[in-house]
Amino acid sequence: MIEVRDVTLDYDTPRGTVRAVEAASFSAKPAEFLCLVGPSGCGKTTLLNMIAGFFTPTRGEIRIDGQAVSGQGRDRGIVFQDFAQLFPWRTALGNVAFGLEMKGMARQEREAIAREQLRLVKLEDFAGAYPHHLSGGMQQRVAIARALAYNPRVLLMDEPFAALDALTRDEMQRLLAEVWRETRKTVVYVTHNVAEAVYLADRVIVMTPHPGRIKAEVTIRLPRPRDPLSVEFLEHQKELMRHLTRKEEAR
Amino acid sequence: MRALISIALFAALYEATARSGWFAPALVPTLPLVGARLYDMLADGSMAGHALSTLYRVFAGLALAAITGLVLGFLVARYRALERFLMPLVSALMPIPSLAWAPVFILWFGLGNVATILIVFYAACFPMLLNTWTGARAVNPLWLRAAGAMGAGGPALFWKVVVPGASPFIITGLRLAFQRAWIAVVGAEMLAASAFGLGWVIFDAKEFLNTDIMLSSLVVIGAIGLVFERLVFGTLEKTTVARWGMVRAAKA
Amino acid sequence: MGSRLLGAAAPFLVVGALWELVAHAGAFPPRLFPTVEQVAATFIRLTASGILPHHAAETLLRLAVAFGIAALAGALIGIAMGRSRRVEGLLLPLVSIGAPVPGLAYAPLFLLWFGLGDAGSIVLVAFVSLFPVILNSWTGVKAVKEIWIRAAQTMGADERRLFRHVILPGALPYVLTGWRLGLAQAWRILVAVEMLAAVQWGLGWLIFGSREFLNTDVMLAGIAAIGAIGLALEKLVFQPLERYTVVRWGMIAS
Repeated sequence: MIEVRDVTLDYDTPRGTVRAVEAASFSAKPAEFLCLVGPSGCGKTTLLNMIAGFFTPTRGEIRIDGQAVSGQGRDRGIVFQDFAQLFPWRTALGNVAFGLEMKGMARQEREAIAREQLRLVKLEDFAGAYPHHLSGGMQQRVAIARALAYNPRVLLMDEPFAALDALTRDEMQRLLAEVWRETRKTVVYVTHNVAEAVYLADRVIVMTPHPGRIKAEVTIRLPRPRDPLSVEFLEHQKELMRHLTRKEEAR
Repeated sequence: MRALISIALFAALYEATARSGWFAPALVPTLPLVGARLYDMLADGSMAGHALSTLYRVFAGLALAAITGLVLGFLVARYRALERFLMPLVSALMPIPSLAWAPVFILWFGLGNVATILIVFYAACFPMLLNTWTGARAVNPLWLRAAGAMGAGGPALFWKVVVPGASPFIITGLRLAFQRAWIAVVGAEMLAASAFGLGWVIFDAKEFLNTDIMLSSLVVIGAIGLVFERLVFGTLEKTTVARWGMVRAAKA
Repeated sequence: MGSRLLGAAAPFLVVGALWELVAHAGAFPPRLFPTVEQVAATFIRLTASGILPHHAAETLLRLAVAFGIAALAGALIGIAMGRSRRVEGLLLPLVSIGAPVPGLAYAPLFLLWFGLGDAGSIVLVAFVSLFPVILNSWTGVKAVKEIWIRAAQTMGADERRLFRHVILPGALPYVLTGWRLGLAQAWRILVAVEMLAAVQWGLGWLIFGSREFLNTDVMLAGIAAIGAIGLALEKLVFQPLERYTVVRWGMIAS
């Protein structure tokens, strides 16, 4: 479904060219939950941004369902980490309906769909609220609903829960797992939180920095719903940690 | 409550000064006299006529300034080349008080509405332009990205994201523009108006030492200014940026 | 370097060229719409003969006196209002009512009461610039964080020390902002007041008086001088003032 083939991104700085990502290759199957994990500077967000179409790779190509990615498009929904991504001048409903509005859908129809999406993230009672009245967790839920409303094939998420407190984050992860189960989207999820990756993903791609490279791919074969305190869960976590901390072999 | 006491005290002080006989009664009329004059002028419609004249000039000038400021502000934010061209001109013209142009405008267009409105336009243009420009640049890039990802094209992006996103600054700009316009119109009317307007009334009253007329007009000027500040702009803010939690302070 | 300079000058060259075209086209009588050379020549003539500098000096002197009064009195009043509930209750309504009234509206009144000429104009300008200074100083005192006052008190500061070491520095950025706004206000209004107050010397009078003899070139030279002074004020007074405030803001915002 998603094909990332030998993608490299270089960018210019006053101190010379920096390579953010080098020769990254991976693929995602339909309805698969894929996590990109790694420390800061490993290029995971850059890779996500390239899939989203915000940046163009210096080399290599990215294809979705066979079509090359060129710029932004409604086939990919995106959720950022920053709560401020919501439009403050629109209610929750107005935000969620935005993509549908861009599609040219009639008001009644798009509001009905938007309400449905808000129900999915359990915020149907807050449809008329403005973002600044909602808590961080609620705002991120609205952001998720907004990204899903116009039915993109792919959902891209960039550390959406990183700015939330631990309890809310756990709640949100459970909610996201539920939403994914119901909507069956292909998800590419970026995080630096290993436990989060094990909880959510079918497959985890480990990246290392300077320059950003894919180190390993680990399949998480645990039945859902997953128990973060079970032995198997911790085993997977340990495995990922090993990949992340193992020293680079000499090239 | 406290406010009333304080005003009453001040009024009493003034009254005492007026009645003290230190000043000629024509120079410092007692409050009842001022009140009576104000009432007369309101009753015979002359005050209303002048006020309307002034309001017409303010709004004509403000409307022109708003359109110019908004259009130029957004264009300058979008096209760097335009910014490089226009901003030096703006910086050079801004320190010149609008009323400094009054004699030139009077020579060119004669006394009357055109000169007055132009002075108002000049005064109100700059805050509008600068605030719109700042506002457009202050739009959170995250919104632009999110909207782009949801398929918003050029016009949709502008009207549905950039304009609302810049609205706190635009409203502040409008508010400042009104303040400047109001100040400018009074001065402009003193210098450039031919026969109508609150500013003109005050200036004309000077000839015959009609201090009571002056004070009456002052009251009306102050009242209108206050009403607009509180009612119009206050409401505008409340229904838009305050409701959206976007209230932000822009530079004066 | 050269291209940068050209870039900065470009807009003025374009405007200047357009002006020349209109002036030479003859749509307006030459007295009313002098060419750029004429204005420049007049400007040089007036400056060389000392007339323009004299007018400018008078205006600046009035500005300095009027603003000086407003800065001092306004700061004192504003701070007093911030410190004492009673003073605040007494003065705030008056200040709030007086502030939105356009300063020039008071002009004829003040001129009647205090006479034409220097006295009237200075009092008027001082009065009008008072308001921003008072309001900002008042806000500044009230904005001093409760936390700092409590901390200082715990460390044994008495009223006097508290005022000197906590409240004054805390309120300073606001006071400076008030001064900045007050000065801008004073400048804007002074030129107009000079036109109304029939003073003997001053840039406002120069411009207004030139109306009599249709000396548009003198007017424009005067306006150019005003613009230059305004720019100088901006670069030499406002911006350093603002930078100092912004520096303080940064300290306080942290």
